[in-house]
Amino acid sequence: MANKIRIATTSLAGCFGCHMSFLDLDERLLPLAELVEFDRSPLTDIEHCNPCDIGLIEGGVCNSENVHTLREFRKNCKTLVAVGACAINGGLPALRNFIPLERCLAESYLDGIGVENPQIPSDPELPLLLDKVRPLHEIVKIDYFLPGCPPSADVFWAFLSALLEGREPVLPYELVHYD
Amino acid sequence: MYEHLETASNPETLRRVAVDPVSRVEGHGKVTLLLDENNKVQQARLHIVEFRGFERFIQGRPYWELPVMVQRLCGICPVSHHLAAAKAIDQLVGIDPENLPVTADKLRRLLHFGQVLQSHALHFFHLSSPDLLFGFESEINKRHIFAVLEQYPDIALQGVKLRKYGQEVIRMISGKRIHGSGAIAGGMNKALTKAERDYLLADIAQIIVWAEDSVELIKKVHCANLPYYDDFASIRSNYLGLTQANGALELYHGGLRAKTAQGDMILDQFDYCHYNTIIHEQVRSWTYMKFPYLLSLGPDDGWYRVGPLARVNNCDFIDTPLAEAQRLVFKAHSPEAMVHSTLAFHWARLIELLHCSESIKQLLLDPDILGLDLVAQGEQRFEGIGVIEAPRGTLFHHYQVDENNIVTKANLIVSTTSNNMAMNESVRQVAAEYLSGQELTEALLNNLEVAIRAYDPCLSCATHAMGKMPLQLELLDAQGRLVDQLVKHSNGEIQQFSC
Ligand code: SF4
Repeated sequence: MANKIRIATTSLAGCFGCHMSFLDLDERLLPLAELVEFDRSPLTDIEHCNPCDIGLIEGGVCNSENVHTLREFRKNCKTLVAVGACAINGGLPALRNFIPLERCLAESYLDGIGVENPQIPSDPELPLLLDKVRPLHEIVKIDYFLPGCPPSADVFWAFLSALLEGREPVLPYELVHYD
Repeated sequence: MYEHLETASNPETLRRVAVDPVSRVEGHGKVTLLLDENNKVQQARLHIVEFRGFERFIQGRPYWELPVMVQRLCGICPVSHHLAAAKAIDQLVGIDPENLPVTADKLRRLLHFGQVLQSHALHFFHLSSPDLLFGFESEINKRHIFAVLEQYPDIALQGVKLRKYGQEVIRMISGKRIHGSGAIAGGMNKALTKAERDYLLADIAQIIVWAEDSVELIKKVHCANLPYYDDFASIRSNYLGLTQANGALELYHGGLRAKTAQGDMILDQFDYCHYNTIIHEQVRSWTYMKFPYLLSLGPDDGWYRVGPLARVNNCDFIDTPLAEAQRLVFKAHSPEAMVHSTLAFHWARLIELLHCSESIKQLLLDPDILGLDLVAQGEQRFEGIGVIEAPRGTLFHHYQVDENNIVTKANLIVSTTSNNMAMNESVRQVAAEYLSGQELTEALLNNLEVAIRAYDPCLSCATHAMGKMPLQLELLDAQGRLVDQLVKHSNGEIQQFSC
């Protein structure tokens, strides 16, 4: 128990699909659970990132809270991994980078079909939106990038097996996808 | 009802307590409470704190990109977004649901049953089962799927395999388990081969047995804890969803039906293409999630619940025998016409999971499923509306295009948004009935989260963004000074910092 590898995961401006793909390990979750334990993750109730061996992050960075979380992960994780298209280059949410943020907000909260008492939500409880959605490596140093939208379960398996065995991870050609 | 707790009249004199974030749900939400000097709750809110802006940035794209773009709203129910968009763009090429080729219609239904099956399994086993099996106030280091795998390996493994099966149905039809491509305007892009059909048929009998086991399990848990399970976080509400013309439960296509808390019909077989004449959405300053309501009842009384509880409550019957038998038991457990228990969402969800597995078998055995006529085309149109029953409830996609087929307007009402008022009401109920006047503990926090989790909210869909913050609870005095702080540690210890 004491020398299990500790993994933290989080989702920033992503869709949870990369986490779902991780769960697509299916029965392989059992042998994995023998070797690793989970720290902060959407799957556990531990949400304060403790010192960890590996941090897996899905999603790009779209608001001040994402920046805070990402820095916390970098501080605590020996190896930090950008998982999936959104983490690597902003992904689909980065399409908003070509449009002024006010227009995006207006579309949803002022001019939308059937919208009543139009206003842009502005409560201090809501974190500040960044003007652009940014990839993780623009904010902190990233050690590995797992391509795909999402990377398949086999990618997670190949990557984590290599790290657990102390090998440098190399993805075979057929596992490298960008969609 | 607890509406009076939405906004306190004197917030500046109250202390703020934040539960941030709500965990084991998809996406990022937080709860804030305002307490008076006796720890009595004066205000309770569930905030959705992120925003992605899909409705704007898909404008300017050609419509045929929509099904593969909008599924990236949510990695848990991508197929539901994919198909709602597909139903909308069918109309852009002049195809209404009844004109879709039979095989395409059945392939889409099969795809969607796979989606609902995997999402329901995920929510129950991977996310909620720790609360239901270990208790709402159990130790933090037990509250995750890996602890269930250790302590109840049979149950957890069944959950893992049920989800896997749903994902495999999706993969056979759309090429990938997550964010594949299957539906196109007017049909589907690939036939199902006999080998693929046989692969799925091989396991279906076992899947149906496990699905039945899971309904028995939740029934046992629910009924062993009465009346607590019926009262906790429960609210009386209206219910909305699609049903078939004959009143049967429906997940892919039907007319809108809404019923009151007493079970009286508000509307039935309403054509969803006119949804914006019956539903409007209100905006509040403190959350990115809007508040839809039925216009005929007004904003105060017109809010409603969607999802498994709404669907099982609203329908007259389920057209597969095992699930129908379970529905009758479910309805009989409540003395009222409608089941209002919020925790009964779990029970209804697993009845639907059983219905999905039975329906998958029926479709796999249907010769039409191997057909090769996959696409139809009609006259070009400039507006398309697609509505589907996603795992979490009624999902609306509405698009307008110009003569070059470029999207000019988009409106999405995702399932979780429809439950916004109800989740807030449940949070207020728990805050008022179970927390008010008490000392803060980590276990109490989880009660709030259990209430929200029952709805299986997909905050990712609702805000089109997600993220997480450390779980810590802060108590501030009226001047905003920190007076008390609780932090959950990885070993399950809760540390208190009094200032
Ligand atoms: S990379 Fe794809 S699957 Fe992963 S979070 Fe982004 S959109 Fe979702």
